[in-house]
Amino acid sequence: MTPEQLIHALEQMLLIRAHEEATAALQRDGRGPGTCTAVGQEAAAVGVVSALSAEDEILTNHRSIGHLLARGADPRRTMAEILGRQDGYCGGKSGSLHISARELGVVLTSTIVGGELALVTGVALARKMARRPGIVACFFGDGAACQGRFHESVNLAGVWDLPILYVCENNQWQAFVHRKETMRIDKIASRAAAYGIEGATVDGNDVAAVHAAAREARARIEATGAPFLLEVVTYRLRGHFEPDDQAYVDPAELDTWRRRDPIARLKDRLLAEGHLTAQSLTALEASVARSIAAAITFAEASPVPPLRELKTHVYA
Amino acid sequence: MTVMTMTDAITAALAEEMRRDPRVLTFGEGVATTQAALLAEFGPGRVRNTPLAEGIIAGTAAGAAASGLRPVIDLLFAPFLTYAMDEIVNSAGKLRFLSGGQFSFPMVVLAHTGAGWGVGGQHNHNIEAWFAHAPGLKVVMPATAEDAHGLMLSAIRDDNPVLFFTDTALVFAPGEVTGAPVPLGRAAVRRQGADVSLIAYAKTVHTCLEAAVQLAEAGIEAEVIDLRTIKPLDEAAILTSVRKTGRAIVVHEASRICGLGAEVAAIVAEKAFDALQAPVLRLTGPDAPTSGSFTLEAAFAPQVEDVVAAARATLAGTPRKGRASLPA
Repeated sequence: MTPEQLIHALEQMLLIRAHEEATAALQRDGRGPGTCTAVGQEAAAVGVVSALSAEDEILTNHRSIGHLLARGADPRRTMAEILGRQDGYCGGKSGSLHISARELGVVLTSTIVGGELALVTGVALARKMARRPGIVACFFGDGAACQGRFHESVNLAGVWDLPILYVCENNQWQAFVHRKETMRIDKIASRAAAYGIEGATVDGNDVAAVHAAAREARARIEATGAPFLLEVVTYRLRGHFEPDDQAYVDPAELDTWRRRDPIARLKDRLLAEGHLTAQSLTALEASVARSIAAAITFAEASPVPPLRELKTHVYA
Repeated sequence: MTVMTMTDAITAALAEEMRRDPRVLTFGEGVATTQAALLAEFGPGRVRNTPLAEGIIAGTAAGAAASGLRPVIDLLFAPFLTYAMDEIVNSAGKLRFLSGGQFSFPMVVLAHTGAGWGVGGQHNHNIEAWFAHAPGLKVVMPATAEDAHGLMLSAIRDDNPVLFFTDTALVFAPGEVTGAPVPLGRAAVRRQGADVSLIAYAKTVHTCLEAAVQLAEAGIEAEVIDLRTIKPLDEAAILTSVRKTGRAIVVHEASRICGLGAEVAAIVAEKAFDALQAPVLRLTGPDAPTSGSFTLEAAFAPQVEDVVAAARATLAGTPRKGRASLPA
């Protein structure tokens, strides 16, 4: 990534972090619902999404804000959706857990763990049959990698040569259970071999490394026509949902991963390389804070859906 | 007009829609193997075998449907749909609503069920009411080859997920097929009568028609309503018939508790109570799995004698509970 791209990535990661922390604060204040955040995973979202092309599609899950904002979503509309307001991407009917934004190519968001894995094959099949260029990226976690649908999806995508970038955001936590309690292996990407496809594991807290790995994976999909399994190793710094005191988390492990914070790492690098000054960083952070404040103001002013919306969009 | 089996009628309807609409495709376990003529005509892109994995078959259909295709998938036997419940119920049934209308899911899910092949409870389980209870889905279960053809045309053209259940006792029964579409949500009056309404779908339509012949010999004129579509239910047809006869017996193979009969009885009680001359009765399968024994399997579904006995009793003013053919 060029210095300009890295600065843009930092801005997006700051926006995502501020958005996640803002929704957590709204929940604490009784102004919003509990959300599932992905604080600490911002480099994974921004690194992968920045490597996609405009025609590509994305399937995501209940921790979707990073993918949406990295794709260019308007934080006013994501915030409105989380607060269940009419100006949200789904008219306020999703809330935080299944936000799709078809206009951005973020489709069929499912909060059922592994649900996105079952749907992505069909999205990719439609693209392939219509001979539309591009690929479909599917974000899921190490928890979904324990579902049977992971096996079914990757196996079928391999058999049918579907252009899918499987992105396993291995954040070490499956709701309240540590990944190490659920699998004998350390690298989920090693499973790619079982399906006859390629895979790779990358440091998910290094946005430049994630971006490079995702670009390479995307190029492999275009070259081979086969799917690719990219594992992005990261850590969920907040709880499963808000509020969650994380009493079940080993403090030493949490501390280790806090010291690998992807945003702090990127800031340090850009400052050390002279691409950013303390002053320009402060300005960037202030700009992000203004965007989030404006998003909250917008969302809280947006009307709630009228009660007739209870029964609309059920049948086509 | 052509005479063909229900199975051939469904394949014929699928082929017609695939010719008419390039977005229609079909896949499932063994689809390309068993549907050789479709494969030859439409090629391996639109007629596909899949791994034996119902969840991903249904999920792929839902994803493809939301992305511009119109998949028809064969999940073989209704109990296998339990492996695909998330994709059918949580994804195809709910993501239109939850996304604020951004997606639609024009897809058809085929499955056999019902007594007929002695395959036991893990291949034969009439679970159609489960899907009627889930929002966003439509459910059909035809009784004739003509309806199977016509309902399949309509199901493929519909922009919603349609569960298409076929009764194993009927799939190889020949019938006349005219080729006309049958609209979803429209019941058919199979026999006119003024004394009692027999309301059924799939194999029990034929049970009721046989019973109606016997009842006529005893001077009782039964009206036989074939629901054809389970959701959306044709309330108007049910109410029109019950208002005419004043008596209703709902007859289905699926078990009684929270089955479709309960819904029909409730609709009649809510909207035609004043017309009722007797309590609404239900004749159903028992709250038990179906057996692999042909004898037990055949006895599971309501019998002609059950319908005759129930109709006579309700007209005599002594409606009985339960089925005459089964021990209490």
